[in-house]
Amino acid sequence: MATTERKPILLDFEKPLAELEARIVQIRELAEENDVDVSDQICQLEAKAVQLRQEIFSGLSPLQRLQVARHPRRPSTLDYIQAIGDEWMELHGDRGGSDDLALVAGVARLAGRPVVMLGHQKGRDTKDNMTRNFGMASPGGYRKVMRLMDHANRFGMPILTFIDTPGAYPGIEAERLGQGEAIAYNLREMFRLDVPIINTVIGEGGSGGALGIGVGDRLLMFEHSVYYVASPEACAAILWRDAAKAPQAAEALKITATDLKQLGVVDEVLPEPIGAAHADPITAAETLKISIVKHLDDLSRLTSQQRQELRYQKFRAIGVFTEIPA
Amino acid sequence: MSLFDWFANRQKSGPISKDRQEREIADGLWSKCEACGVLTYTKDLQANQLVCPECSHHIRVHSDERIRQLIDSNTWIAIDTQLVATDPLTFRDRKSYSDRLQETKEKTKLLDAVQTGVGRLDGLPIAFGVMDFRFMGGSMGSVVGEKLTRLIERATRERLPVVIICASGGARMQEGMLSLMQMAKISAALQRLRDARLLYIPVLTHPTTGGVTASFAMLGDIILAEPKATIGFAGRRVVEQTLREKLPDDFQTAEYLLQHGFVDAIVPRTQLKQTLARLIRLHQPAASTTTSTTHLSMHLPEVRSLSVTTPE
Ligand SMILES: [Zn+2]
Repeated sequence: MATTERKPILLDFEKPLAELEARIVQIRELAEENDVDVSDQICQLEAKAVQLRQEIFSGLSPLQRLQVARHPRRPSTLDYIQAIGDEWMELHGDRGGSDDLALVAGVARLAGRPVVMLGHQKGRDTKDNMTRNFGMASPGGYRKVMRLMDHANRFGMPILTFIDTPGAYPGIEAERLGQGEAIAYNLREMFRLDVPIINTVIGEGGSGGALGIGVGDRLLMFEHSVYYVASPEACAAILWRDAAKAPQAAEALKITATDLKQLGVVDEVLPEPIGAAHADPITAAETLKISIVKHLDDLSRLTSQQRQELRYQKFRAIGVFTEIPA
Repeated sequence: MSLFDWFANRQKSGPISKDRQEREIADGLWSKCEACGVLTYTKDLQANQLVCPECSHHIRVHSDERIRQLIDSNTWIAIDTQLVATDPLTFRDRKSYSDRLQETKEKTKLLDAVQTGVGRLDGLPIAFGVMDFRFMGGSMGSVVGEKLTRLIERATRERLPVVIICASGGARMQEGMLSLMQMAKISAALQRLRDARLLYIPVLTHPTTGGVTASFAMLGDIILAEPKATIGFAGRRVVEQTLREKLPDDFQTAEYLLQHGFVDAIVPRTQLKQTLARLIRLHQPAASTTTSTTHLSMHLPEVRSLSVTTPE
């Protein structure tokens, strides 16, 4: 992954850390120029930096996590696919007249077994983001991935989906082509498929646009990823009638991986390297691969009927309500 | 009786004051159409199923009224009537979700945004769900998801066709991701209903948007819509903001969806019951052997001619 080679993009809360790291570099240079041994001090400062990084990232607010989840250098679907797959060939088109680049899909090999991998693809820079429509998929994208999930089902290949989108694209063309229908169709059909399906939120899980590839046997979520019914910005604008209340909305909506594990929505939270996945994409990819392979092994021991029944029951159990006496 | 006729009658028996007319609107004797402004005698409006006789505007129908319109009298059995929302996220915006729920319950006399049950439609047994826009904009949280899922599961067990009247702004934000997941839960139940080859007809009424559109509203075997209903996934304002341009007037209307292939038919409310009955009957196996013989003789004349010639 080339992302680590580039100049880092700093989030506000990373600034004290960046300052400390800059000071370490400065001291080391000064020491070399003046031929002084400062290795003890450097060691101390470096330990302090590690501690600071750990402190900052373990105490992130939901809004800060949202910033991490949207970090332009956060590993994308294609980054993870290339990192965890032994082989990968992207396949294109919904066979209905479009090929949406905001959703990518293809055949791959993971730890020896053939699989279909797919996911939302955000751009790596402004130009790429234009091509990828910032990871906001159109109806054609949902239909393309459905075609390839059907394909996987026919050939007995497990399906791995990677969720990373601000939401389905809200445009005239998308509405005209049936954005709602395209997502709805996938929701229903993903319950019909009988191969193992593992969904992972790698970054931003934006509402129905995320759920449109989010039905499966396991839902994994990276520690600093978020998943929400409405973006904190939209929620604040509607319920608070003030978009500036996004931090409160982010808090109230329970969008973080740990919150969603508690609510019974997420099955496993994947720890990220210190400083989040973008600080060390290779380690993040290893964590992802180990977890997926473990879950695939577990799911492979079940019959297809058992998997379908468990998948049904998993979603059937989500929701909180009470029944009052008549 | 139009207001004009009423006035004509009134004038024969002496003039009435403007005060009296306004008092009678306030009393609910007369209703003013929000689309054309014409006054109609409320009883006449109800007899016309809340469709303005003047301009055909479809006034919003509450769930109780909808049950009266579509389900044969004395056949309605409401189910899961005691399910209530809790506040699992202890959500608070300008007001707490608990308070909002309490106020809405008192105001609407409903426990949540959907009523479900079984009953007969023109004699045909059906599983029926009807959303109520008055309850927090018909938004879908855990209770709506659970009640619709149980309804669909029951229909699958008892082999009943399912009709759901949709009216919703989408997922209920106050229950966060639990609301979003109801879309998948209901779709799962619909997958099993479909597997059992049972008929499902959603009726899209004003408005059907967001998460409801992206799940059970669009999963009908046959999808009906009321005239001029707003139906869409993304909110109109969101689309406008994304594109920074004015949208066509008919954008996201029932007519627009029909034109682009996403609904099967637009059915005026006054014809909805008969249309549903007709569609359900068309999907039932022919009832008696006489019917099937007629059917054969009508469509396969060569078979009949064979059977006629053989005895000779
Ligand atoms: Zn009117």
